[in-house]
Amino acid sequence: MARALIHMPANAKRGEIIEIRALIGHPMETGYRVGADGKVLARDIIRSFACRYNGEQVFGAELHQAISANPYIAFFTVATESGTLEFTWQGDSGFAHTEKMNLTVSAS
Amino acid sequence: MRWLLALTMVAASALAADERRSGAEFMSAATQTMQRDDAQNPGMLWVASGEAEWNKSCVKCHGDARSSMRGVAARFPALDAGSGKVVNLSQRITQGQGHKPLPAESEELLALEAYVAMQSRGMPVSPPQDAETRAAASRGQQLYNQRIGQLNLSCAQCHDHQWGKKLAGSTIPQAHASAYPIYRLEWQGMGSLQRRLRNCMSGVRAEIPPFGAKELTELEAWLAVRDQGMKMESPGVRP
Repeated sequence: MARALIHMPANAKRGEIIEIRALIGHPMETGYRVGADGKVLARDIIRSFACRYNGEQVFGAELHQAISANPYIAFFTVATESGTLEFTWQGDSGFAHTEKMNLTVSAS
Repeated sequence: MRWLLALTMVAASALAADERRSGAEFMSAATQTMQRDDAQNPGMLWVASGEAEWNKSCVKCHGDARSSMRGVAARFPALDAGSGKVVNLSQRITQGQGHKPLPAESEELLALEAYVAMQSRGMPVSPPQDAETRAAASRGQQLYNQRIGQLNLSCAQCHDHQWGKKLAGSTIPQAHASAYPIYRLEWQGMGSLQRRLRNCMSGVRAEIPPFGAKELTELEAWLAVRDQGMKMESPGVRP
């Protein structure tokens, strides 16, 4: 059950810097831990995160084992035009999750 | 008369009412912010799942949780008239008719518990005053003061008499339970008050009761009396 929560303003003025905060539920299993049966738990992490603003990538991140479960990523972008922001997380064993948020930009 | 009884029970605790401090006050500023800010609080992921589950399984009978469940979590553990037992919030949720019985500590149950508890956020803890719940709380109080385990420690010895001091680098809090279920950073996930109680019992190397055991629910009932009037913080974040 992939769950993601995105917090960002729904409206902004053109040229305004907006903060976007994305939280996703994921175990981020490192691949270094041993389970109750003594076997190493297979690595299961999110490898990459990207935010596309009307198709153009405005933010990206690579994630690694040292990042905690349920990673929280906050970043800023400039509101240029109304449209859709698409957030994608991709990871091990074919994990993929996408969220879309709309942003309405008004002339200053 | 009722308030007088409640007052005597609170006074029976070694902590005076004005000395009570939520576990959140012992945390770092960063962890406090994580709890306060719903965008950062990972517990909100469980709240969101709980809301989806509520709207699928519970809404038909119970309506909009934002009104029907307001203040409910602040009044648990409570007497369940059907079984005649004192139950905690998650035990009550599993009795719901709209969904299959949920195993203790399952993600689905924690999600529903978090969503229901969220509706009481900011409200004062108000344990029920009926005779059965009060009797359970007073048995819980005995357990709270009883030495257990190879380390031969009671809850009270740390949480009433040594709070604020360090135990293996961590600050000992006062054991107030108004933020449960919590997202614990050490767990990397959500957990119930019973999970936390079992943790402590494992820490003092005592025999650990199974989830849903009567002793654990009685301890919860006592903690609710001890926390009476403190603000609900669910979903809490703890280190």
